[in-house]
Amino acid sequence: MPDKPDRNAIEVVDVSKIFGSGEGQVAALDKVSVSIRENEFFTLLGPSGCGKTTLLRLIAGFDFPTAGGILLYGQDIAPLPPFKRPVNTVFQSYALFPHMTVADNIGFGLEMLGKPKAEIKARVAEMLKLVKMEALAGRRTGQISGGQQQRVALARALAPQPKVLLLDEPLSALDYKLRKEMQIELKRLQHETGITFIFVTHDQEEALTMSDRIAVMSSGKILQVGSPWDIYDKPAERFVADFIGETNFLTAAISGAGSGKARATLKSGTTIEATVAEGFQPKDNATVVVRPEHAKLTKDKGDLSGTVENIVYFGTDTHIHVHLDSGEAFTVRQQNTRSAGCGFERGDKVGIMIGNDAAQVLRD
Amino acid sequence: MASNFSIKHQPGFTAIAATCFIVLYLPIFVLVIYAFNAASSTSEWGGFSLKWFQSAYQNTQVIDATLRSFQIGAIAAVLSTIFATMAALATTRTASYPGLTFKYAAINQPLMVPEIVTGVALLIFFSRIKIFTGYSGIGYLVAAHTAFCIPFAYLPIRARLENMDLTLERAAADLYATPWKTFRRITLPLLWPGILAGLMLAFVISLDDVVITEFVKSGGQDTLPTYMLGQIRRGITPEINAISTAFLLLSVAIVTLFFFVSRKRD
Repeated sequence: MPDKPDRNAIEVVDVSKIFGSGEGQVAALDKVSVSIRENEFFTLLGPSGCGKTTLLRLIAGFDFPTAGGILLYGQDIAPLPPFKRPVNTVFQSYALFPHMTVADNIGFGLEMLGKPKAEIKARVAEMLKLVKMEALAGRRTGQISGGQQQRVALARALAPQPKVLLLDEPLSALDYKLRKEMQIELKRLQHETGITFIFVTHDQEEALTMSDRIAVMSSGKILQVGSPWDIYDKPAERFVADFIGETNFLTAAISGAGSGKARATLKSGTTIEATVAEGFQPKDNATVVVRPEHAKLTKDKGDLSGTVENIVYFGTDTHIHVHLDSGEAFTVRQQNTRSAGCGFERGDKVGIMIGNDAAQVLRD
Repeated sequence: MASNFSIKHQPGFTAIAATCFIVLYLPIFVLVIYAFNAASSTSEWGGFSLKWFQSAYQNTQVIDATLRSFQIGAIAAVLSTIFATMAALATTRTASYPGLTFKYAAINQPLMVPEIVTGVALLIFFSRIKIFTGYSGIGYLVAAHTAFCIPFAYLPIRARLENMDLTLERAAADLYATPWKTFRRITLPLLWPGILAGLMLAFVISLDDVVITEFVKSGGQDTLPTYMLGQIRRGITPEINAISTAFLLLSVAIVTLFFFVSRKRD
């Protein structure tokens, strides 16, 4: 594996993008800053309309920022047209040229760069091999399947050896199984080519499984940047915790906050240890999140107490919804075994044990 | 299951459809039949003969008018298609803005203004130019035909452009193609069926025109339709039927070609 020096491939500096004018103006991006390291698989994750695709379009050059700069290895590329940027895109619709063969599609970028014919031929052959499409080189793009089109789109964007590859929800048109395959394929390609990938998706599972780092976006802002583990286990804001996976929100009184830790006193009166989100401003009441799989249900007294409201079987595990005595809702996820049921029934009085290092205090 | 009710079969529709087809095609059928009449009447049958085709072919005025029609049609079709292509690109490769609808209307104006009005206007306009320049050649007819052919060429080209995925052009730009190269390598090849369709439609429309040509032409500048009109005033012989039949065949051939070309690669 090539080592990953902390060199930035892309730096987005205070970028704003405003559409429309006067009263109807909308800020698709609001002073966004983010650095993307060389050779990393970076994902922009968020719901539709969060600005992730707009940011990708600005990096590709299909649109220009209202304010701010976009640096590619230190050089501001924001004012350049797309054909002058060493950045290529895999489009959501693939956008393969229907009047050309698979091989001609892949060679198009190199041809436009004015590379000699022999070099183009060799590189196209190499790309066809990389995406395992040698057999279909002479086909028209309308004569191949969706998954194959996806591979051609990837090969076409990788052929000119871009400094950065942009991927705009490229897997969304594929069915579930093919999508899973392509996720692994994409990771392999990124690893083999050593090119920086910027991947846009609204699928949190896809983001968690593929990325080196994830930026979670909402309403034109980046809320948190971190490894999948950071994003899942140490969400900074309510939106992040809620968007990724399932989680429980509890109100707690915070004391002794310092060096990333604090003590949280829950409404039940129990005090637990918790990690604290970066940028947390000391205040009396804050929100604490606990993932459903980091809590345990017991028939004895726990950190929290309540009544079982509903039990939902999921195959691998069971979700038990508890109505806490404090009035809040709490879900516990319990791994299933073959031999026994979950051990609880609706209406049971139960206690909930929160694991050590399970609680995170949000900053908002 | 319920009864075999089908919206496709309703009482009386077959009869209506048959009537429509008869009204449309029977007169043409009769015209074609009498083109092969051995007698010199367009109503009394005198046996089968190709003599009227031969007579038309040997009539220098007919040949002269036909060649002129083709010449004007070809030049006007090419020119109007070029203008129409530029107009179609300009009106589709842009975000919608106030005034765009007005531009559509302006481009399609010849479809809405009565031909007789355009004819009279051009007659007056061109007569002024004639006085200033002294030129009285075929150029006036070419200019007039080009103008009224533009909307016909514009429509299929615009339709083709509107169905074209803009992402393709974006992808080309992303792959280092300059705007000109994107146009040459992506837009134009994909637009080609639309352009050919526009070209053929414009050619047929130009060939067919009577009203505007009648006003604009100078002496000795008859096109085939205006020549035929002139002949009919002097009494009809089956030669007119023969010319019409040949003309009909040509139109059908071009329209058929148009149909196949516009379906290509869809």
